[in-house]
Amino acid sequence: MSRILSSALFIVIVAALACVPFVADSYGVTLGIGMLGYVTLATAWALFSGPTRYVSLATVAFFGIGAYTVAVFSETIPYPLLLVTAGAIGLAVALVVGLSTLRLAGVYFVIFTFGLAELVRQLVTWYEVNVTGTLGRYIFLPVTPEGIYWQLLGLAAITFLISWWIGRSRIGLALKVIGDDEIVAAHCGIDIARVKLALFAISSVIITLVGAIQAPRWTYVEPTIAFNPTISFLTLIMALLGGAHRLTGPLLGAVPLFLLFEWLSANFPNHYSIILGLIFIAIVFILPRGVLAFAEENWRRWRKTEIKNLPAVAE
Amino acid sequence: MKSFQRRRVLRTMALATTVLATGLMTGFAGTAAAQERKSVKIGYAISKTGGNAGGAGITTLPNYQLWVKDVNDAGGLELPDGKKLPIEVIEYDDRSSAEEVVRAVERLATQDKADFILVPWGTGFNLAVAPLFDRYGYPQLAVSAVTDKAPDFVKRWKKSFWMLGGGHDYARALAAILADAKKAGMVNGKVAMISIADGFGIDLVTAARPAFKEAGIEVIYDKTYPGGTSDFSPMINEAKASGADAFVAFSYPPETFALTQQAQVASFSPKVLYLGVGTGFPVYGKNNGENATGIMSLGGIDPNNKMNADYRKRHEAVTGVAPDYWGSVITYASLQMLQEAIKRKGLDKAAVSAELASGTFQTVLGETKFEDNQLRQLWWTGQWQNGQFVGVMPADRPGASKVVLPRGEWKKK
Amino acid sequence: MLVAALLSGLVLGGTYALVAMGLTLQYGISRIMNLAYGEMIIAAAFLAYVMFSTLGLNPIAGLLIAVPAGFALGYIVYGVMMSPLVRRARDKASLEIDSILATFGLLFVIQGIMLVTFGANFTSYSYLNDPVTIFGTVLAANRVLALVLAVVFGGGLYLLLTRTLWGTALRAVAVNPAAAPLVGIDVDRAARLAFALGGGLAAAGGVVISMYQTVTATSGVVFTMKALIVVIMGGVGNLIGALSAGLILGLVETFVATYVDPGLTLAATYMIFLAVLLWRPAGLFGRVAR
Repeated sequence: MSRILSSALFIVIVAALACVPFVADSYGVTLGIGMLGYVTLATAWALFSGPTRYVSLATVAFFGIGAYTVAVFSETIPYPLLLVTAGAIGLAVALVVGLSTLRLAGVYFVIFTFGLAELVRQLVTWYEVNVTGTLGRYIFLPVTPEGIYWQLLGLAAITFLISWWIGRSRIGLALKVIGDDEIVAAHCGIDIARVKLALFAISSVIITLVGAIQAPRWTYVEPTIAFNPTISFLTLIMALLGGAHRLTGPLLGAVPLFLLFEWLSANFPNHYSIILGLIFIAIVFILPRGVLAFAEENWRRWRKTEIKNLPAVAE
Repeated sequence: MKSFQRRRVLRTMALATTVLATGLMTGFAGTAAAQERKSVKIGYAISKTGGNAGGAGITTLPNYQLWVKDVNDAGGLELPDGKKLPIEVIEYDDRSSAEEVVRAVERLATQDKADFILVPWGTGFNLAVAPLFDRYGYPQLAVSAVTDKAPDFVKRWKKSFWMLGGGHDYARALAAILADAKKAGMVNGKVAMISIADGFGIDLVTAARPAFKEAGIEVIYDKTYPGGTSDFSPMINEAKASGADAFVAFSYPPETFALTQQAQVASFSPKVLYLGVGTGFPVYGKNNGENATGIMSLGGIDPNNKMNADYRKRHEAVTGVAPDYWGSVITYASLQMLQEAIKRKGLDKAAVSAELASGTFQTVLGETKFEDNQLRQLWWTGQWQNGQFVGVMPADRPGASKVVLPRGEWKKK
Repeated sequence: MLVAALLSGLVLGGTYALVAMGLTLQYGISRIMNLAYGEMIIAAAFLAYVMFSTLGLNPIAGLLIAVPAGFALGYIVYGVMMSPLVRRARDKASLEIDSILATFGLLFVIQGIMLVTFGANFTSYSYLNDPVTIFGTVLAANRVLALVLAVVFGGGLYLLLTRTLWGTALRAVAVNPAAAPLVGIDVDRAARLAFALGGGLAAAGGVVISMYQTVTATSGVVFTMKALIVVIMGGVGNLIGALSAGLILGLVETFVATYVDPGLTLAATYMIFLAVLLWRPAGLFGRVAR
């Protein structure tokens, strides 16, 4: 029953969001694009990093690959195929990277993925400078902001469905075991490497597509723009803030943080950094396990007090 | 007791969040009151943090602040009917991110309903916002954007104006200087050249290669380095060993400073030394003193232009820092052009754009006029002479100083 | 040419090593992944700049002020921000996440304060930019100084950690913080000390770097990342590892710039780093945890 309810709710929400461009002005759409972009990034990130507890900073490597693919092929490949191409390149890179790196653990993986993002950026730069002789590419695609918004919404919805499906499938269970203890997982007969690789690939392809979809908004792409490491950090922070182990955690991290950034940069352009930093520190101290966990704990506590009170009322 | 306190903390937090959220909503919903106009809204998004903050902080932002202060001290922006309205500034930080700058400009145009929008810093960001300026009908006076494609952009975005030339202009001017020096028998016509691997460096270096070839200059060392390089000794050693007596670096400020220092350490003093962005920063002259003399770069000023000298003094007095010798004065001039166009045509964006395209303006640069929406009265090459960075190319432009070559050895402090 | 490349590489690597040593102490012993590390370096660089340009104090004397200041800042930051996090952490992973988030916030705070005070301008001055000739190769004195300091600090601290009782206590905390109290070690105090030492080293790095590199209020991240790479490559908490990893990176960069293509220096850095990690997943001198 609750399953039908929640899937109905999901459809209603997606449908409602799809109508936003008809009522909101263009700034609303822009805001929506930014928010959906980060929601998708954070959810895709948590898809892999949540259950496995592998903190990845390679987000921008894939995001940038997506953006760059669009920039390179925007004149030669028709648009829908462009996205497919970007996704395929992302998948190929993800498989190579995944095969070689997933045996690293903990902070070594974190820094490795960061190094990877920088390496990709350096190689793209070098290639452009020495082989094509240009740096900075123009994207003149007839994609409207509304179009980008709908594409991102679709991608976000698909990401949620994948995340939800994995959560209830055998893979999800396997992942939870891996996250808790890899050795136990191996003894249970779980093919750790394959499960992790599959997940890493799915997550990376989604991230690549986010980059590919957003790129036409910038008109001009160069490696420093496409491979901006801030994107990796923001994605990570948003997912961790919301709680990376839950389906809606990244969403609950991404939306408020995104709005907060927007509000701060508009109202305190000069003290933005300081206030943002203080809020971050406060969050760590007050919400140690993410917004969602915090809300759930309190929800339970309130419920408990209600139940306790009920008989008293009956008497 | 403890849990009681904890709950109180939680409740306070919840309250704070609610207040914050409410503030957020009202903040976003802030609509322009349709009362009688009391001010002119000028908005801009600029990199206050992130990788672009250094460049924006010297060339663009101080000039915006100076101009707003100048205008408001004089009673405000003058309109065609002689009425003066003060400027109300709306400022956003784009955090050096392309996505942010797009969103901020969208916000300025649709939420804040800014009357005019000033441009962000950098070639890439000016291109990123160009479609928005065009869609909402704002004139875009792109200053800190060096691009050879300006003639195409002008066709695509009719209200865009490109004010800092393209790589070819700078490269050709440098090639002419080198060719003259070679003809005079001063240099051997061999050049060692390095460039930063980003849009600016590559634009210039790809323009320089054919320009040098045409001028009969031989490039014998030609390498690109990634941004963030801090040690140039391998490149300097190679250049020194190559036998070139001209060294050209299309570099960014941190590398320009590092190159200058490391060339001194290596006693590398080529007869022609040309460095990139940062050479025209006042701090460069201050740090290097006598040793700066003879070094060439992009930009420059006419040392005898009174208005420009006044501007430089006022800039330093108001903002606390001296302006650079390349983009700063152009930025200020672009704002004066906008101011004058508003005075002639009012706040109608289309009329102001048309006026900018066709009118002639008095600015700190002297009489200023766009040709096909581009500013062409620029100094393509400048050189440090007597503690000032003066324009030397084009040589036939009024106010041009004469190139002094060769530059001497480094002086020991 | 070969000697020149070798020496320039070592000197460049000295800077990397100097920058990384503080972080390896902070992360290895105090178990705090300090993302604000680069900001501490930049703050020290600004301090040196201000002392040099307004008071005329030379940066080497400036070290005597900056290093204790960095130590004090590290001490306070650990005491106020980190030790509550350490106390409530259930395991290593949760402390890692908490410390990443908290120091990410700290990064913004320090950066914001520097932006408000100094603006976003490029800051540079030059000191000790004199040629020194070693084995026929001309090097910059200030960079040689960085290498010397890196070796002195690295070697000195290494001796301190391995030869004194106090150092042994620190290492015990690094190896097993849960068991250290059993032998009478005050873990909180040891960790705080190590974090403060890291702060002092960061300040030393910042002052030295300010003599020859241009910094802006927002360039701290670059140093954090370089330091992280050196730390991870050398093995977390291992001073000698950080020193050698720093030197290796310097050599790689210089050799690639001299013999291959200056455009590939950073790509080569990351490639070497990734290769080392694949070959030895816990770094050159690291032991595999668990």
